[in-house]
Amino acid sequence: MREAELSADIDPAVAQLAAARPDFQAIARWIRPGAQVLDLGCGDGSLLRYLRETRNAHGYGVEINDEGVLACVKNRVNVIQADLESGLSGFESGSFDYVILSQTLQAMRHTERIVREMLRVGREAIVSFPNFGYWRHRVQLLMGRMPVSRSLPYQWFNTPNVHLCTLKDFETFCEQHGVRILERMVLGNGTTVTWFPNLLGSIAVYRVEQLR
Amino acid sequence: MLDPTSVGLVKPQTVRFDEPLMLKCGRTLSRYELVYETYGELNPARSNAVLVCHALSGSHHVAGYYSEDRKSAGWWENMVGPGKPIDTRRFFVVGVNNLGGCHGSTGPASINPETGKPYGASFPIVTVEDWVASQARLADYLGIEQWAAVVGGSLGGMQALQWSIDFPTRVRHAIAIAAAPKLTAQNIAFNDVARQAILTDPDFHNGDFYSYGVVPRWGLRLARMLGHITYLSDDSMAEKFGRELRAGDYTFGWDIEFEIESYLRYQGDKFASHFDANTYLLMTKALDYFDPAYPYGGDLSAAFRPARAAFLVISFTSDWRFSPGRSRDIVKALLDNKLDVTYAEITSAHGHDSFLMEDPHYHALMRAYMENIDIGGGR
Repeated sequence: MREAELSADIDPAVAQLAAARPDFQAIARWIRPGAQVLDLGCGDGSLLRYLRETRNAHGYGVEINDEGVLACVKNRVNVIQADLESGLSGFESGSFDYVILSQTLQAMRHTERIVREMLRVGREAIVSFPNFGYWRHRVQLLMGRMPVSRSLPYQWFNTPNVHLCTLKDFETFCEQHGVRILERMVLGNGTTVTWFPNLLGSIAVYRVEQLR
Repeated sequence: MLDPTSVGLVKPQTVRFDEPLMLKCGRTLSRYELVYETYGELNPARSNAVLVCHALSGSHHVAGYYSEDRKSAGWWENMVGPGKPIDTRRFFVVGVNNLGGCHGSTGPASINPETGKPYGASFPIVTVEDWVASQARLADYLGIEQWAAVVGGSLGGMQALQWSIDFPTRVRHAIAIAAAPKLTAQNIAFNDVARQAILTDPDFHNGDFYSYGVVPRWGLRLARMLGHITYLSDDSMAEKFGRELRAGDYTFGWDIEFEIESYLRYQGDKFASHFDANTYLLMTKALDYFDPAYPYGGDLSAAFRPARAAFLVISFTSDWRFSPGRSRDIVKALLDNKLDVTYAEITSAHGHDSFLMEDPHYHALMRAYMENIDIGGGR
């Protein structure tokens, strides 16, 4: 009931945005109402704004880019200008319910450190990334080209992505790093993929926690 | 003709308080005056008031002009005015000269009612907390229960932070620009060299130079020259002056040789001609003493526990006097209290003085933040 009320009040701009970013809805579904959220690489702050309006979440974004910081201020979300590569030392351990890294993991240089930091600062982490194992990507590689798609919209020479992985790769990484996967959602063409996700899914969203 | 984006011609006002003010140093000011200026109009709900706190050598004259002469512009003319980031069409902006100042508020050059002579060195040491307490009385006098925002750069930013701690329900937004939660040893060292320059000037007469008809201008000049160097960055000085020579070639003498020397001496002289030496001592002391975490054993997060305001913290990459790291300390303490905070680190070449400059990104951020401040229905 409460959820329905909240959704009915969504700003049309926010609703439009959610339609354009299916992973936002997936993430929002996992967020407990009223939670404390940290969104790493938050861009213009639209996910935080979406979570505030749909889940009554309170939170902060972290963004390095000047235009992103300004856009966050315009979106009325808290933003801390900082470089994720230098860690999350400004945040206390266990101070957030969820730490989110949405479509940024693949662009991080220090992948292991950021995952470790996320699970230090947050009780749970939510990670979304493009699936390199998506069939369209595999086909392009078979044709001898680097994949370019809606989820990987860059050419090999201008991509910010340095650490691409498949669903299988990420799950192996979690296993090796003592990270428990709580939930997984795979998206393809804007819908949920349950059948051969590592082949048919273009975006993966995971909810994880640190094994203690 | 004055620019339409200026608040135009302005006049300072004076308010006298007869209720004694207990100062942090233990002494009491039995009565005192504050000089202030206001721009824009207070709305009927009294919810659109913005207090602008001044820095070390600042005053109440934040925006506008005293005459058609553009040199009389307020110190933050580029930030405050109709259509400017702190928009006076929307906000009622108040600038105030701090206690101990030399622009009209009660200070060392004022007559001590008990002796009939200028206070001089006997003027009590004032702190950021004392200023905030006196500004709260000014707010009462103006009928402002709660500031929409308290804004300041450098020492002004420290006042904004102190407001959020001392009067949590009277500040909706605190904006601290190029500030720090306390000075570093290096900063205190710079301040002390500046003070020593003044204290050892033969014309200082232990602070009672008023009755000798002199001013310790050499000491004040030196203090300002030192301060000025620390407010700029190496890069900005190199860009502006480089090693440019006055006479085109070395003269192998003690006169001005390099352009930077000429500039610093000019700035020092200009400052010494209008600023009070005792005020300079007091303001640098207030900086040194500022440390809200001190009563909490250095725990800044504990100091901010009472705060309720939303915060905007801004630092500048080339500011080595109040570096971005010090602003991040503030942000950390605010985050620990789960307060609303936005932190921006502006890429800038102008050192500490960047907060006074008109950088497009910095001003765009200020504008966006101020536009989102809720002042109730209508403008």
